[in-house]
Amino acid sequence: MKKIVIIGGGIAGLEVSRLLLQEGFPVTLIEKSSHLGGNIRNYAYLFPDFTPSEEILKNYTSLPGNADLQLLLNTEIEKIDFSSRPYTLFSNDGIAISADSIIIATGYQIFDARLKEEFGYGIYDGVITSVEMEKMIREQHIVTPYGKAPRRIAFIHCVGSRDAKVGNTYCSRLCCITAIKQAIETKKLLPQAEIFCFYIDLRMYGLTFEELYLNAQKEYNIQFVRGRLSETSEMIDKRLIIKAEDTLIGRPLKMMTDMLVLMVGMEASNFSKQFAYHNGLEIGEHGFFKPLNQFNARGKSQKEGIYFAGTSIGPMSVAETIEHAQATALSTISYLKGKEN
Amino acid sequence: MIRDPNFQYPFLIGTIFLFAYLIIRVILWYIKLSKYDKLRFIHFWKTKSVWAAIRDSVADGLLHLSIFKKNPLLGYMHMSLAFGWFLLIVMGHLEVIADRHSLNFPFYYAVFYRYYQPHPDFAGAKVFGAVMDFLLLIILSGVALAIIKRIRKQIFGMKRTTRLKTFDKIALASLWLIFPLRLLAESLSAAYYHNGSFMSNTLGEWFIQNVRVSAIYDLSWWLYSCSLGFFFIALPFSRYMHIPTEIVFIFLRHAGIMPKKYWNSYAQIQMYSCSRCGICLDACQLYEAGVSNVQSVYFLQFIRNNENVDKSLFGCIICGRCQEACPVHINLNDLRTALRIKASKPLTFSYEYTQKALQQKAGIIYFAGCMTHLTPQIKFSMRRIFDFLGDNVWFMDKDKSICCGAPLMLAGQYDSASQLIQKNTELIMASGAKTLILSCPICYKAFREDYVLPGISIKFHAVYLNEMIRQGRLPKINLGFKTIYHDPCALGRGSKIYDQPRYVIDSYSQRIRLKKEKAEALCCGAGLGAINLPIEAKNKVTFEAMSYFARFKPNALITACPLCKKTFARDRRIPVLDIAELTARAIDEYVNEQKKTVRETRLIES
Repeated sequence: MKKIVIIGGGIAGLEVSRLLLQEGFPVTLIEKSSHLGGNIRNYAYLFPDFTPSEEILKNYTSLPGNADLQLLLNTEIEKIDFSSRPYTLFSNDGIAISADSIIIATGYQIFDARLKEEFGYGIYDGVITSVEMEKMIREQHIVTPYGKAPRRIAFIHCVGSRDAKVGNTYCSRLCCITAIKQAIETKKLLPQAEIFCFYIDLRMYGLTFEELYLNAQKEYNIQFVRGRLSETSEMIDKRLIIKAEDTLIGRPLKMMTDMLVLMVGMEASNFSKQFAYHNGLEIGEHGFFKPLNQFNARGKSQKEGIYFAGTSIGPMSVAETIEHAQATALSTISYLKGKEN
Repeated sequence: MIRDPNFQYPFLIGTIFLFAYLIIRVILWYIKLSKYDKLRFIHFWKTKSVWAAIRDSVADGLLHLSIFKKNPLLGYMHMSLAFGWFLLIVMGHLEVIADRHSLNFPFYYAVFYRYYQPHPDFAGAKVFGAVMDFLLLIILSGVALAIIKRIRKQIFGMKRTTRLKTFDKIALASLWLIFPLRLLAESLSAAYYHNGSFMSNTLGEWFIQNVRVSAIYDLSWWLYSCSLGFFFIALPFSRYMHIPTEIVFIFLRHAGIMPKKYWNSYAQIQMYSCSRCGICLDACQLYEAGVSNVQSVYFLQFIRNNENVDKSLFGCIICGRCQEACPVHINLNDLRTALRIKASKPLTFSYEYTQKALQQKAGIIYFAGCMTHLTPQIKFSMRRIFDFLGDNVWFMDKDKSICCGAPLMLAGQYDSASQLIQKNTELIMASGAKTLILSCPICYKAFREDYVLPGISIKFHAVYLNEMIRQGRLPKINLGFKTIYHDPCALGRGSKIYDQPRYVIDSYSQRIRLKKEKAEALCCGAGLGAINLPIEAKNKVTFEAMSYFARFKPNALITACPLCKKTFARDRRIPVLDIAELTARAIDEYVNEQKKTVRETRLIES
């Protein structure tokens, strides 16, 4: 029987595992942390319809019990030997695993907002990331670091995305719509709060995203300012002063706010970068794995039997990740049956 | 046997043209100097600096010691040509004087001495002959090296050599031909009269046996004279103009004439002093990053040839590595800034906002500058340090800040920058402060060079911190990590502050010494000078510099410039800290230890 190893236990890795197991292939699933799910656990509700993320994860709850699944938690792959078939994977605790096919579903990591030092993350307590905001939304309790309900909150789009100064020139695609989602959720929890979104332009690419954006303005009175943040400073009472430029009016803008939410972008995981470096798989200019082409082989690598699933190749939404994982699963099955290489 | 007395004319015409041209040129340059510079130059002749200028003229103009120090083989090449030729001329004239016991002979006589004097039989003639042959041999070895350098520059340890223009090619070809042709002509003379020495006589013997000497004898002297004539006529229009100009430059420099923010005749003299040796090419980090038209040697060449300089003018980071490497000591950074000012249209912005600035009285002023505002951790650390010291400090640009003017100056906006400089000067002078502290070296350089602040000591934060440590007002404490110090361009090469930041870092950590540091420190890739440099090139410079640091496996990279910090931080391989942050950490550590000690003492007492 052919052996398949899936690296990464996020939704991409889980979806590929589910489909391969369903087709009767035994699967080894490797996850570096102690639990499955990956980055989706950072989000309580998903855009555009506020579906709880637990509902997505529910689809995979029966997986660990499957007899054909070998699940290796707390395991990291350090090196893959591509010189002979089947390939051999070496983990950090010295285990060697052989595989006829490997699916790389190592996902993304969020941009380290401290690198955008002028925004004040890690320096001023009132500055948080979208991941921390999501946690507050999950707990239905949004408070400033000094325990008060914020009266004004500013969401900053494109933090670590489309910004050559931090080395990321690409768009992370999801931050715009996530900001709108979080702004609406915040408004629902704090109807009295004033909410501002600072954007470069709004990339409402999904079928229903535009409606959500209009709703945010009409029903939730969320204000959108076109312009990037330039710098944050703090007052003695810990409130924040932000400086930006309103590029529609063409004037600099200065505003006081209780809380600043940085919509952190998606970056190739450190693992992806190091993994590619040590193992000779090609990465693209933005640090993500580079698929064979951008059209009909988005899940294939340059090496035979090695596939990619999900955000290891670039920013994707939950829905896109699952679709990509399904496509990769199909490619893998075809390959293992000898119908495709 | 003197058959054809006319062959000296090409040489004569060339020499007269060259000297006439140079005299007019130097007079024009002098006239265009400012009134004060003229006074400086006149006064200079009464000072001891004249001797220094003469020494430098010999050391750099003839011996090329500066090149020698950087690259011995290249230095030998330049030295053998310049100093060898110089000695050949001097010895040639001494030889004629010794022969004729008189100074009364045409100046070209010594140049073609072997032609005019077939039978030198004065006392010491043989010694002179041997010396002249030896000098010619030395020069020929230099020519051979020059040819090899054009073909295989790697032998010289150089990655790159300069590209040539048409006039350069004519001048280069004539220069290379002068000495072989002289050898040929003198050897043919020796063939007839045996009036040469070890080299020309030997070659003469060979010629007499193998060649019909009478057929080519006159021709050889004609060719020698022509090569000299061509070289002298091509010289003012080629890079060899640097030979006379460099001497002028050395004298003006020693007269204390300083580069200005506008393009004047001193700038022009510096431009012509460039010998295009190409040493700046290897110093430029942008070359590795795929940018090959902004380097100083090309930039100066473009201006001389009146070509479009937009790219090379505004595509340079102005890190100053080339200036540091330049064996002629040309003020390349200032030349570029002056030209940027000349090439830029003034902005029409009103700078009304400066009128809202806040005024305060204080003993010490802290000016953070825009880049420190964009790296608030540094601002925070400075405040922590001032709090610890308990000094009364006015944080001048905490709110409603005015720019120091450096970015505008580097973009060529002299008038705009001057408005900001004026307003800041007013605020500082009205505060009654004695000390101005800066945490951004770009601001520091601007305050030192472009401001007039009588009675106020302008201090960079690292210098201030060092003083405080020396006075015992700041603790010395080992934080237990290995660091690397990166010299920011504006602080190191720009302001010559190398040691004080190192003392501060050594007080808190174990510093790793590097080969590429101090004047040879790498640029971070993001200097304010780079107005139209592609981001890819900047990133490449950053990446290469960081790769160099990463090899030493430090726990932290310490710098003293917010812009360097921001630039290096995004590479993510090594944590980057400003020297103020390091100091603030040391203070925190010290305070914590003090508290612990107090607690322990109390425990023991109770």
